[in-house]
Amino acid sequence: MYRPARTVAWSAGLLVVLVAVVLSSAALGPVRIDVLTVAMAMLNAIVLPTGVTVGSWSVPVLGVSVPALGLEYAPIFSFDVPATRQIIVADVRLPRIALAATVGLALAAAGTVMQGFFRNPLADPSIIGVSSGAAAGAVAAIAFPAVIPFGGLRLSAFVGALGTAFLVYGIATEGGRTPVATLLLAGVAVQAFLGAMISYMLVHSGDSLREAVVWMMGHLNNSQWSDVAFALPITLVGVLALCAFRRELNVLLLGEEDAHHLGIEVERTKLLLLALASIVTAAGVAVAGVIGFVGLVVPHIMRLIVGPDHRILLPTSALAGASFLVATDTIARAGPAVVPVGIITAALGAPFFLFLLTRREVQSL
Amino acid sequence: MTAFDRLTERFGVAPGPDPGARSESKPGPEPSPDPVTITVDDCSLSFGELSVLQSVSLSIEPGEFVGLVGPNGAGKTTLLRVISGALEPGSGSVTVGGVDVHGVPSRTSSRLVAVVPQDASLSFSFPVRDVVEMGRHPHRSRFSSPGPDDRAAVEHALERTRTAELADRPIDEISGGQRQRVVLARAIAQETPVMVLDEPTASLDINHQVETLELVRELVEEGRTVIAAIHDLDLAARYCDRLVLLADGSVARDGPPSSVLTGGALADAFDANAVVTPNPVTGTEAVTAFAADREPERLPDRVHVLGSGSAAAGAVARLEAAGVAVSLGPVSSGDAAAETARSLDVETVETDPFEPISAAQRATVATLVRDADATVLADFVVGSGNRSILETVDESDSLVVIETRSFAERNFAGGAARERYERYRERALEVPVSRVLEAVTAAEGNRSGPQSSVPIDSDGE
Repeated sequence: MYRPARTVAWSAGLLVVLVAVVLSSAALGPVRIDVLTVAMAMLNAIVLPTGVTVGSWSVPVLGVSVPALGLEYAPIFSFDVPATRQIIVADVRLPRIALAATVGLALAAAGTVMQGFFRNPLADPSIIGVSSGAAAGAVAAIAFPAVIPFGGLRLSAFVGALGTAFLVYGIATEGGRTPVATLLLAGVAVQAFLGAMISYMLVHSGDSLREAVVWMMGHLNNSQWSDVAFALPITLVGVLALCAFRRELNVLLLGEEDAHHLGIEVERTKLLLLALASIVTAAGVAVAGVIGFVGLVVPHIMRLIVGPDHRILLPTSALAGASFLVATDTIARAGPAVVPVGIITAALGAPFFLFLLTRREVQSL
Repeated sequence: MTAFDRLTERFGVAPGPDPGARSESKPGPEPSPDPVTITVDDCSLSFGELSVLQSVSLSIEPGEFVGLVGPNGAGKTTLLRVISGALEPGSGSVTVGGVDVHGVPSRTSSRLVAVVPQDASLSFSFPVRDVVEMGRHPHRSRFSSPGPDDRAAVEHALERTRTAELADRPIDEISGGQRQRVVLARAIAQETPVMVLDEPTASLDINHQVETLELVRELVEEGRTVIAAIHDLDLAARYCDRLVLLADGSVARDGPPSSVLTGGALADAFDANAVVTPNPVTGTEAVTAFAADREPERLPDRVHVLGSGSAAAGAVARLEAAGVAVSLGPVSSGDAAAETARSLDVETVETDPFEPISAAQRATVATLVRDADATVLADFVVGSGNRSILETVDESDSLVVIETRSFAERNFAGGAARERYERYRERALEVPVSRVLEAVTAAEGNRSGPQSSVPIDSDGE
């Protein structure tokens, strides 16, 4: 029988691992900083609200200002850290690390949900075309910046991703029912079409071709706190909401009719799960491009370790995904050659996935 | 409650806990659910052009165990899916305990009806106990951990289905029969007043078939209302209070097993020849079916069977099932053939055990043999008391012999009887009991045995 304490213990353990990975990652780079200094610099960066001000709030994406109540912040620690190191840790490395953790969390959680939802070990977060939609939006914004009316690349990718997910869902739904097999096939077809659109745009992208290709490889270069501010809230709310449906995910594994007999509103739950997983994926992909294999391999690894029960699998996969992407992005930026992180995750993930395949574990989802 | 659960609750991103969830599950391992009635009112359903159910109406009383029988494709599974709420009928309605199962949230219907599906194919490695725990889903609020009620219900269900020793094994590593029992355990853990079972014994070996149906019977005694599709008619007759025979999407017969399982009803529904005799051990109906397509096109009208034991019983049952007017005798009462003949209402010349045959009985047999188009000698036992009967066979010129043991073992009347029997045997067709229909047809069409002096009529008459 399911023991909540086990989930709490595993989640706490993985949270400790995440903190350790984050500390090590922030210590590594062109300038080596010892872990203690890193920890102090990170603590220095923590601010707490100390008062309320009335001012204007500039909406991060839309670039407009609205009057709002503001909060005054003040750091709560003041360790003695050299100014350059403080800047390197808090303003250069930390945004990128935080973004890697956010995206890893999002992709691994969405991947776990999609694999359970489709009862298919090969499902990944973008199985219904979310990544293709994001890529189409992003490439359009890169290739034709004048044409895209939105506030730039990030929102364009996000809208493209969600638009694709809803398009696929709409195509696959008939008479109030959305058969999973139709969803899968509609996703494949729409991805193929978007692939053609992306190729067309790349051909005509001129000087921005390189930027578009690097985006599609998935990278965390030039990460800003504004990226984190965009992706982290969506991811956290989405993943926590998905966690509220962990038991439904388990019961859905029995098949839709059995799930109905066990009290689940199948179509409504499917729509909710699909929408949440797509939103979370879209948030990750919009800020980091198409990073492959995190959402595919991390849930499989965790399934081997903690078992198939989503009540423990979903939170642990999400946390492990965060650590995994922070670690691989550290290799990508501080390793022997600076490369997009998508190359690292695929280069590490694919052989590992093949190893799992030969071990047969993947087959027993 | 886990940290994640608390956070999600605080974020308010999901529907809150159902206030009714806890109050409905009472403490104790087996809160006996309030008995409820199932009413199927004029349900029809088509898949496109294909009409699967046609105006099916049924009422199942609380504490009743109804067996749904019928040939493949009769609509049994469809009807069960309509009753469970999984499939909405094209017209008509289903109420369970006064609740329209198609008009309420699945959470409500899942607290009324538990379903044991036909193919319990679970291809993921959850431990058995966790699968059974899923039966508690309808009783639990979103953010609750399994409570004492849930644990008790799960353990209780595991014990009742004898799957407790499998509790920690992965569901995909146990046998199909064990899986079927796990799914039954899940349904028991669901603690509903109604259970719908689709072929609950299909993949079980015989001891587990009986064990499972005994268990379902117990659940019925506790007040549950159960409807189950059961392929095995004998088991259905043995355990169900009432049978519903479904044929071509509508109810062909509905009533106690003895009134539903009749040769005529089964012949119509299953398109096979069948005889219904009492099972000598359980006393309930036992159905023996014979393939209708092996049946010769033109059968003799009347056949007399002389003999006893299973050979004669088998011949009588097959001939009767095929619609031949069959008579039997003389046979001592209490013989297997006599029992079969009595349950099939076959004309029989019965003698008291150990008594010689009377002159009147001999005359009756002689008439029956003379009037018959063919006579079957099925393991006929000759003794001093019935030696004279053998002579009546002279009157028959189309003979069939069925032997499961040699004549020497059956002859207690000396050499003269043996010579006579051998003569009959030479001009008879000798066949195993399973081919008696072909044999009587051939014998009648070929009046003269190989050594008969009677000329062969052109039309066989």
